[in-house]
Amino acid sequence: MIAVKRLAPPEGEKADALASAYRRLVLRRVTVLTVTMLALLASFLLDVATGPARLPLDSVAASVFGLAADPTIDAIVWNIRLPVAAIALLVGACLGLSGVIMQTILNNPLASSYTLGVSAGAGFGAGLVILLGSTVPLPEAYAIPLSAFFFAGIACAGVSAIGHARRASSEVLLLAGIAMLFLFQALLALLQFVASPEALQSIVFWLFGSLQKATWAKIAIIAIVLTLTMPLLMNDLWKLTALKLGDERVAGLGVKVGALRLRAFVATSILTGVAVAFVGTIGFIGLVAPHVARIFLGEDQRALLPGSALFGALALSLASIASKTIQPGAIFPIGIVTALIGVPFFIWLILANRRAFW
Amino acid sequence: MKIDVEKLGVRYGSHTAVDGVNLSAAPGEILGVLGPNGSGKSSLVKAIAGILPHSGKVRFDGAVAPNPSVIGYMPLDHQTRAALTVLETVLLGRLGRLGLRVSKADLAAAEEVLRDIGILSLAMRDLGTLSGGQRQLVFLAQALAGSPRVLLLDEPFSALDIRHQLEVAELLARLTRERKLTTIVVLHDIPMAGRLADRLALLEGGRLMALGNRADVLASSAMRSVFQVEFVTDRAKDDRVEIRDMRLLAKT
Repeated sequence: MIAVKRLAPPEGEKADALASAYRRLVLRRVTVLTVTMLALLASFLLDVATGPARLPLDSVAASVFGLAADPTIDAIVWNIRLPVAAIALLVGACLGLSGVIMQTILNNPLASSYTLGVSAGAGFGAGLVILLGSTVPLPEAYAIPLSAFFFAGIACAGVSAIGHARRASSEVLLLAGIAMLFLFQALLALLQFVASPEALQSIVFWLFGSLQKATWAKIAIIAIVLTLTMPLLMNDLWKLTALKLGDERVAGLGVKVGALRLRAFVATSILTGVAVAFVGTIGFIGLVAPHVARIFLGEDQRALLPGSALFGALALSLASIASKTIQPGAIFPIGIVTALIGVPFFIWLILANRRAFW
Repeated sequence: MKIDVEKLGVRYGSHTAVDGVNLSAAPGEILGVLGPNGSGKSSLVKAIAGILPHSGKVRFDGAVAPNPSVIGYMPLDHQTRAALTVLETVLLGRLGRLGLRVSKADLAAAEEVLRDIGILSLAMRDLGTLSGGQRQLVFLAQALAGSPRVLLLDEPFSALDIRHQLEVAELLARLTRERKLTTIVVLHDIPMAGRLADRLALLEGGRLMALGNRADVLASSAMRSVFQVEFVTDRAKDDRVEIRDMRLLAKT
């Protein structure tokens, strides 16, 4: 009998090999998402524990999960610390999510949730209410976010209208967005020019970003918007992934590219608008979180979108802790912290990860 | 699936890229599209694929708007910065059928096409780490992954080495025959056109200059006048047309 040397495994084994390689890929992504969620939980508890009165972590955890015996700790946690820590998570998730969608639809790694003028619109809206002061018939706590969200919507509508007229290519959206960005920045500068010193100080402080005005009502609104926006994006996950292969190829797969881009842009504008309206412009999260997520999870938007939201939430939660510890007894503006910590981290990312997509 | 193109026109602003082209392609047939640079070959194929606004009609078995999944289209551009694996890229060829979870059927279809093209070993590689030729094979696999009935390929051999050119040509001929695909291929390589295409369409300045059997088109005076090249052809035993020699015509 002649012994036949088997050079290649039979076809069945190959099929299993591909399926198990794919399963390993999926498992790796699930592991990354799970670990990030655990890190997020730890950061969240630490954020709640951090403040002028340092609370023990175990008491904080007990209070958060409704098991605390100490009413003082309960009062500090539920009335003061938890809203700030929770809004950090939600706003971070919104910014991470909108940043990754913006990078995808513009096919541009420099894009973030602020690139297309949505936050500039929000800044102008907030500045306008601060300037008008008591002439606005609503309490400032609601008038500022409402106006910020309204003008974020105006910026979004402007970009969408121009994009719609020109088949919504990434270049057209980018140019229209930059136009909106400059327009609203100029209008905001005009407000600052005519504002009284007190109003000017309030506007500048708003623009720094702050988590301290968090309330449960605001948290509920952001959470509802985030929850309602998700289904809009869920249907398009594969299409958004395909968008990275170029417009022509995706159109060849039967996707209406312009409509997809505008749909995703509106979703991302809502997320950015609601986040910015309540806490001011917090820079860098929407730029960095998607890049970190992409390094660990790749471009498959089924993993990249939740990953980017989680990394965004984690980044803002850590920044919130830093803002309370940099200067004991005072709270450093969160927008400054995210940029100061974010920039060196981002430069390290660029240098350490020379991936083909950069 | 029979394709009928009637009075097809494509314009970019004031420039006419395709001008009143009429042609048809039948199931089980490879139609090669030839022409010099800027003659409208890619625009013609894009218009047939439905991704370029155009005048005139394109009918698929008589219907004007087919289900996109019946078409496998591969554009010329193979540059991408996407951080996707080869497998994910090929799976995207089944875009209309993919659920939130990738099914066993999707994986099996991707695997079959990766094996057919001989790049199964690249399945888990990052797209960005591949050479231009390897990427071209991946995108061919993507065009085939959705089990299309119509294949529209824009210069599928442009970045391939000679062995892969012959292998892919053989694969296209086999799949077209076995699966009764209607295959339209833009080609720059005249000898390849003689080997691969059943019929040829010759374009110049967006107009159809010749359409017919490959031997007739390659030996036609239209080929000489369009390319300003003399083609010396031999008809091989298996009905393929071999280009024996090519000479530049003297400029007049």
